[in-house]
Amino acid sequence: MSKAIKPAKANPVANNFELRPDLNQISHWIARGSRVLDLGCGDGALLSWLADNKDVRGYGVEIDVDGVVACISRGVNVIQSNLEVGLAQFEDDSFDYVVLSLTIQAMHNIEGILREMARVGRTGIVTFPNFGYWENRWQILKGRMPVSETIPYDWYNTPNIHFCTVNDFDQLLVKIGMKNTGRVVLANGKRVEFMPNLFGNLALVRFEQQRDALKD
Amino acid sequence: MSDRHSVGIVTPQTAVFDAPIQLASGATLPRFELVYETYGTLNADASNAILICHALSGHHHVAGRHHPDDKAPGWWDTMIGPGKPIDTDRFFVIGVNNLGGCHGSTGPSSIDPETGEPYGSRFPVLLVADWVKTQAMLADRLGIRQFAAIIGGSLGGMQALRWTITYPERIRHALVIASAPKLTAQNIAFNDVARQAIITDPDFHGGDFYRYNTVPRRGLRLARMLGHITYLSDDGMGEKFGRMLRSGEYKFGYDVEFEIESYLRYQGDKFSDAFDANTYLLMTKALDYFDPARHYGGDLAEAMRQAQAKFLVVSFTTDWRFAPDRSREIVKALLDAKKDVSYAEIESAHGHDAFLMEDAPYQALMRGYLLRIADEVNPLPLEARA
Repeated sequence: MSKAIKPAKANPVANNFELRPDLNQISHWIARGSRVLDLGCGDGALLSWLADNKDVRGYGVEIDVDGVVACISRGVNVIQSNLEVGLAQFEDDSFDYVVLSLTIQAMHNIEGILREMARVGRTGIVTFPNFGYWENRWQILKGRMPVSETIPYDWYNTPNIHFCTVNDFDQLLVKIGMKNTGRVVLANGKRVEFMPNLFGNLALVRFEQQRDALKD
Repeated sequence: MSDRHSVGIVTPQTAVFDAPIQLASGATLPRFELVYETYGTLNADASNAILICHALSGHHHVAGRHHPDDKAPGWWDTMIGPGKPIDTDRFFVIGVNNLGGCHGSTGPSSIDPETGEPYGSRFPVLLVADWVKTQAMLADRLGIRQFAAIIGGSLGGMQALRWTITYPERIRHALVIASAPKLTAQNIAFNDVARQAIITDPDFHGGDFYRYNTVPRRGLRLARMLGHITYLSDDGMGEKFGRMLRSGEYKFGYDVEFEIESYLRYQGDKFSDAFDANTYLLMTKALDYFDPARHYGGDLAEAMRQAQAKFLVVSFTTDWRFAPDRSREIVKALLDAKKDVSYAEIESAHGHDAFLMEDAPYQALMRGYLLRIADEVNPLPLEARA
């Protein structure tokens, strides 16, 4: 039997795993002991890692039942819910961070969810595939819709409906009265400092509600 | 499921409580008995006990069979047994027939020691809080200081919720399934139609029908038929029965013609032979009265602040008796109270009854959650881990 070589955990999902590069980057931004809401949390990997390594408490929100089951099997609090209807179940300012990772490009109401994130949390963190990445531009130049590591779908079966570039996203934040408080652009998991809108395929943006915008 | 996943043949036990007990209504019972069943083994520090709370017409017989030739096993046999989501290899599981029940626990058909006759109309009205109190007394008797989990569907979910407020230190996890924080006017209306069917049955005799050697069978049957409609979904019913006719053509009369009529009448008859009318009244009334926020200025979050347990709240998409929105009210209160809570909204065609069914995502969810609890309170020895 395998027990002789694999005696480790009764729990089938180990929590001391390595995080996906974008989640790893997010985790650097999250302070120890804080409260985190992870929107579109999938299998709960981020929250599980943060609970074990940074003493973070929080909830995931996920629509897919397999994701919900995976979260629960990991011991991650998860609320099965559709983000498109907003975050009405969460009170104002109830989290330190609200994370939306690789989900925004598949959502209808993007302005709505960003506003909701700023309402329920102090800091919002969004990650998205950068449509301005040079390989995407190259494929378009060749007359095809881009298919890549961060956009792994064909045009006819993609759940992604709202692509943007790093620059586009910045403009949207300004338009809705948010302040960009940090940005990291990655290419294949590595940080890109030079011309990120061209050479990065994945963007992480941290933002907050602008104080004077609150008065409007 | 094969037999190796069944708890097998089980025998109910009776716990006798000989001291008077004061109920939430102010009434007192001089003594009472609770009938219960247990499955699995209580571990050395009594930390692996799970209490299963039953719904309106349920009882203590949750899993396994009383006799090898029993047609059906206990009412939640799909969920409870060796290797099942509520794994009796890991947990010590208790099913109890609530006070006021009609399956052995002291209830309206029991003999009132003061009169030597069945209680009947003299049996006091009960609240969910009374059940929780008597369940705690049973737990004391069994040496269980804290439950690993208390699990219930519908009215059973309300009991689990009440436990977390009344005895916060005695429950680690509450699984509140297809339930609600309180009934709506529509819920109460359904309950009252059911009660009126019973109370206006000429055989009811104001609740003292035992004395007349009769049973208000027609009323109970109607109550159950109405209840049954609300437990199923329109889609589920349509799928199973549609407009199927028993003889294939219209008869232009009032006898059974449609299959759904036949089914409901069969369910009603079966129920009216097996269930006590006064118990039905008591259970529906306990449902109506349940409102844990009442003592907290109507603020459920304030009530839930008392809780120390972690919560799993589950609803089913086609449940219209206790719709997903009702479960979300519980979740909202728990979020506001900053409690550990997970919520799943399971797609099922089975309506309110889905909590008794074997929908695969539901089973996976329960298995996943309960495995975590098992590892928390009753870790497997190293050599047993695969």
